[in-house]
Amino acid sequence: MRDFWSRFKRNRGAVAGLAILVIVVAVAALAPVLFPQSPWKMVQRPFLPPLTMDALPLGTDALGRNVLSGLAYGAQVSLLIGLVSTVVSLLIGIPIGALAGYFGGWVDDGLMRFTEFFQTVPNFALAIVLVAIFEPSVQSIIGAIAIVSWPPVARLVRGEVLSLRSREYVEAAILSGQKNSTIILRQILPNTLSPIIVLASLMVATAILLESSLSFLGLGDPNLMSWGYMIGAARTVIRQAWWLSFFPGFAILMTVLALNLIGEGLNDALNPRLSRKGK
Amino acid sequence: MTDTSSVLQIKGLQIALPEGADRPFAVDDVSYDLKAGEILCIVGESGSGKSMSANAMMGLLPDLVRPTAGEILFHDTDLLKLSEDALRDLRGKKIAMIFQEPMSALNPLMRVDDQIAEVFEAHDLLSPAERRTRAIELLTEVGIPDPEKAARAYPFQLSGGQRQRVMIAMALALEPEILIADEPTTALDVTTQAQILKLIADLQERHGMAVMFITHDFGVVAEIADRVAVMQLGKIVEHGNADEVLDHPQHDYTRKLIAAIPKLHADDAEEADTKKTALEVIGLTKTYRSGGGLFGGPERVVHAVNDISFKLGVGETLGVVGESGSGKSSVGRCLVRLQDPDQGSVLLDGEDMATLTGEKLRTVRKSIQMIFQDPFASLNPRSKIGRIIAEGPIAHGVPAKQAYAKAAELLDLVGLDPSAIDRYPHEFSGGQRQRIGIARALALEPEIIIADEAVSALDVSIQAQVLDLLDDLKTRLNLSLVFITHDLRVAAQICDRIAVMQKGNLVELGTASDIFNNPKSDYTRSLIEAIPGREKELAAAG
Repeated sequence: MRDFWSRFKRNRGAVAGLAILVIVVAVAALAPVLFPQSPWKMVQRPFLPPLTMDALPLGTDALGRNVLSGLAYGAQVSLLIGLVSTVVSLLIGIPIGALAGYFGGWVDDGLMRFTEFFQTVPNFALAIVLVAIFEPSVQSIIGAIAIVSWPPVARLVRGEVLSLRSREYVEAAILSGQKNSTIILRQILPNTLSPIIVLASLMVATAILLESSLSFLGLGDPNLMSWGYMIGAARTVIRQAWWLSFFPGFAILMTVLALNLIGEGLNDALNPRLSRKGK
Repeated sequence: MTDTSSVLQIKGLQIALPEGADRPFAVDDVSYDLKAGEILCIVGESGSGKSMSANAMMGLLPDLVRPTAGEILFHDTDLLKLSEDALRDLRGKKIAMIFQEPMSALNPLMRVDDQIAEVFEAHDLLSPAERRTRAIELLTEVGIPDPEKAARAYPFQLSGGQRQRVMIAMALALEPEILIADEPTTALDVTTQAQILKLIADLQERHGMAVMFITHDFGVVAEIADRVAVMQLGKIVEHGNADEVLDHPQHDYTRKLIAAIPKLHADDAEEADTKKTALEVIGLTKTYRSGGGLFGGPERVVHAVNDISFKLGVGETLGVVGESGSGKSSVGRCLVRLQDPDQGSVLLDGEDMATLTGEKLRTVRKSIQMIFQDPFASLNPRSKIGRIIAEGPIAHGVPAKQAYAKAAELLDLVGLDPSAIDRYPHEFSGGQRQRIGIARALALEPEIIIADEAVSALDVSIQAQVLDLLDDLKTRLNLSLVFITHDLRVAAQICDRIAVMQKGNLVELGTASDIFNNPKSDYTRSLIEAIPGREKELAAAG
């Protein structure tokens, strides 16, 4: 563990990413304390530019709502949807990949054709259709994002399992009479953990982007203030009130950047032999 | 020996390892010289630093490892002080190197003659047409059959021995004064190894080169060395003429290493109890098919195991020897059903292992267990030792507490401290891991153990310890052992009977002493004659 941390630390970008993410998480967690009022509530006149009132450092939007408060609550939504949808897609992708890789043959063929079916449909189009069918809500958005993002997980896990399957310790486990389920869960999956963690950190970033895009198109949960919704609502007034789309956009950029940097750092730290030299 | 002047002198060389390594210096205060027209062998076990001084000479040290003291003088120029450009000019032209694994040292996407021509190109010599002619001359010189055709081949189309010959041809291209050979025969079969050793010795004599030969194998040393330097933990412990060092080793370490080499004479085995049969194999056949199908062109069929039958007595050790591709490992894997045989039966206590499936196979397989080759790949890196050993019994319904207690006992039995139970595999050395692998195989109280190249990856002194352990356990627990190996010395030491395999066929089966003293088939004879160091041993035995 200490070894892991020292390798992670060596990648400066990853440490910076981690710092940004910690700030975003802290803001999301403290949102109800910092802004006890609902982010939907009108607090001042509309289109108040940033830095004109001390209480509203980022100004107000077209309906006089506090932009800073919206950002803080939006962080909650983005992180929640990013994390939960990633967990759900791991729950779909890992078993499918593990079964396909371990059993091979027609099981592999069947499961991989099923996976390819999802890979051939464009992600975003499928997500829009799913959300539109199920009415926009947190659950349906999470479900839609998970359904479009599990295929890479299944592919990755299948590849790892295929290569681990022929390792001698797996053969030894087969000889000692362990059941297939035990072999997959105890011998193989723990050794695929590192690449899965790296992929998952990048998937959280992609999920946040997907959620923002959906909300931008007006397919977000109507009860939740989210970054994508804020940009979407501000796009008609982008020339009069630049700050309404700039700050949420900047928040998305920084969060996604932070997660990508962390993903890269994790990759260096967990797969030291693959990491680039001299970093 | 035509010339006795030193072409290369290494004086007080010290190479530092990065912090946190097991010792501060990879090599410390190493001095030796290399004379024109001689073969100097540098011998040592893994981690002894035997390759380090050669790598320093060629500027091939890893990033964090750097020389801290001493000098490497090549005709009075210190190679350590040369610039990268000057060194590049020397490399290939004056000093050439061949490596252990010819497949990874050759570019798989380039034809052989292009790779040889590239050597000239790198030094801006000859015209393209001349380069090609010279490539063919070189290939002829290193004894590749049909050099014209081989020149247009890709590396994967050549055998291991031919690839190594190509490497040697590349090294010879610019008539270097020094040839460094780093374990060039370790990856080769014994008969091919003998040919390559002879080739290196011939070429050395013809070109009057100085050869620095790095190896772990004293048999190879006996075969070709003029002088020997023995290294241990980064220091040269003994240095002298080959005959002196081999026949009258002065240092304890050298003596220990030489004593650890399995001796090549098989005792007349005490008649094993062949009345009781532990395992009977009848007509075992396994064929691999690749290609074919709708678009695949002609199908490639390999008879890995071709109609093989033998019996294994209770308490007997049967060796299965053969070169790579002989199908010896396939036999082992079919016996434990890691692969399904196409035909034949494996009778174990009246049950035919070859046809069992599911739950029944799981139960019967308890009594036939396997020890694997690679001590680093055969233990799950994320499991603690205790769990690795106890998993088998637990899977067969033994309560966890009892299984762990048993695991501790087994660790003690294989000569490890029972406290190892709470540690992870990476904390152990290769030999210790192999002991853990043995403990795991014993955990299910099997009657038969298949050891697939179980000591091939180990240093010779560790190898001797593990062989002793296996022998001891076999007698104590009345086990029957199938010992699969490519190393005839090891087979001679541990086996009661030996089966010799070639291309999937069983060419000879007999007691160890018969096989070694009166081999019946030509193939067996050629295998035995190719064992490095054999002549010397015979001479010593009188």
